[in-house]
Amino acid sequence: MTAISFEAVSKTFQTPRGPLQALDGVSLKVQEGEFFGLLGPNGAGKTTLISILAGLTRATSGVTQVQGCDVQTQAAQARRLLGVVPQELVFDPFFNVREALRFQSGYFGIRKNDAWIDELLDCLGLSDKANSNMRQLSGGMKRRVLVAQALVHKPPVIVLDEPTAGVDVELRQTLWQFIARLNREGHTVLLTTHYLEEAEALCGRLAMLKQGRVVALARTSELLKAASSNVLRFKLDAQLPPELAQRARVTGRIVQFPAHNAAEIEHYLAAVRQAGLVAEDVEIRKADLEDVFLQVMGEGAQTPSDAVAEVTP
Amino acid sequence: MNGWQALFYKEILRFWKVGFQTVAAPVMTAMLYLLIFGHVLEDRVKVYDQITYTAFLLPGLVMMSVLQNAFANSSSSLIQSKMMGNLVFLLLTPLNHWSWFFAYVGSSVVRGLAVGLGVFVVTGWFTPLSFVAPQWIVLFAIMGATMLGSMGVIAGLWAEKFDQMAAFQNFIIMPMTFLSGVFYSIHSLPPFWQTLSHFNPFFYMIDGFRYGFFGVSDVSPWLSLAVVGSCTVLISATALHLLRIGFKIRG
Repeated sequence: MTAISFEAVSKTFQTPRGPLQALDGVSLKVQEGEFFGLLGPNGAGKTTLISILAGLTRATSGVTQVQGCDVQTQAAQARRLLGVVPQELVFDPFFNVREALRFQSGYFGIRKNDAWIDELLDCLGLSDKANSNMRQLSGGMKRRVLVAQALVHKPPVIVLDEPTAGVDVELRQTLWQFIARLNREGHTVLLTTHYLEEAEALCGRLAMLKQGRVVALARTSELLKAASSNVLRFKLDAQLPPELAQRARVTGRIVQFPAHNAAEIEHYLAAVRQAGLVAEDVEIRKADLEDVFLQVMGEGAQTPSDAVAEVTP
Repeated sequence: MNGWQALFYKEILRFWKVGFQTVAAPVMTAMLYLLIFGHVLEDRVKVYDQITYTAFLLPGLVMMSVLQNAFANSSSSLIQSKMMGNLVFLLLTPLNHWSWFFAYVGSSVVRGLAVGLGVFVVTGWFTPLSFVAPQWIVLFAIMGATMLGSMGVIAGLWAEKFDQMAAFQNFIIMPMTFLSGVFYSIHSLPPFWQTLSHFNPFFYMIDGFRYGFFGVSDVSPWLSLAVVGSCTVLISATALHLLRIGFKIRG
């Protein structure tokens, strides 16, 4: 069964500087029980897409459904099925953690929810903060409360909008263990993140958005396979010749070439030597999601290559 | 528990937790008005026969406090939630526009009446009062608080920053309450201002409310009921409509 479905969803914002198309015909489906990642640079439309799903923003056109419930015409049902962790670190300064969670339960019509609230607090390492005012919590703790608030009504579909932006390692671990557990128990998870290693580790399937369009949609493993399988990486004190620099990714002293086989690697190393340069700390590593991401984003507005065409699970 | 009850209770707790600011302070202000204006004008102004100026002033101050605090409650709660961003917690829930309306306006009525009662309790012993028709007192207090609570919802949805909210409060709500006949009978005004006052719905609220105490008023309480009733229905319907379409809160 389909947990989340976007069909030709477009969104145009009216701004003082004219209309801004944030989403341009986005179609994708997330199946029940999936751990799905939504990637893309800032301004690609990830948060807009999630806002449409959550009913915070109305799409200009297209249909969005949560487990078959339209987010506009069956808004109340759709919102009961959905638990959204917002990107912004927002909180209500009037209340403590337990009060906030009780009220959030109440809005969903759940009166006695303390057993589940206690479990959430425990799983998120918040038990000793239950009676602390929201204002007294650190950023990381507030983030945990946001997660708990999104889960008070035990939604089958969980949406996390950059939940680990600016949080420490410990919280990331706690959070991912908990979300992975919920996913194993059958919850569908939709995640947006800038940490590509997290997406690579957690998400079974990925969509990449660029300028409001889906430019890649496939299993994470397929995406990784489709990319150049290896990356040649070395450090250089001098400038690369222009014809080589075009094909490399240069970050300060670090130079990286995508390479499919040994011959290509030898070719690049020879070219560097011929240019009279000395490559230091040479290594060859497997391509990771970051390489795929940069490759896909670098492809411009071209159609997605066959390699990253849709693969239904 | 229905969702709206949770929100209603949260909204009550929100102002109650800062009760010094939201309840005690306006009671204090009203008491100062009564002491100062009562002292200065007691022997100089006579509005109705048999009624001292302090006694005349008191119901007006009670009603003014009810109205201002009902407005302040819903408007400040909404603008704060918008500025803090925590309105998203409500927007993500299945609560519909009726739930929002009952919770925000209901809690505003509670705060308005709590402050009104507070003013009445601390000032009531300054002067003997009569209660000719208490049903009018209750009716006008509730209708007035509902109307201002709804206006607060409208202002809270409309305002994008605290400055705009302050403008709404100081340039619309304050003049309308002060020029409604809290401190004077409109019969003492020049004809132009008297006519103008008749277009101010707040005048009918104060006048009808005062009728409940003394059994005398500038216009018939039935006329006041008709005006206040229709304004309340109209403004509540507007607030409900704006909540239904998610005016400025759902993009």
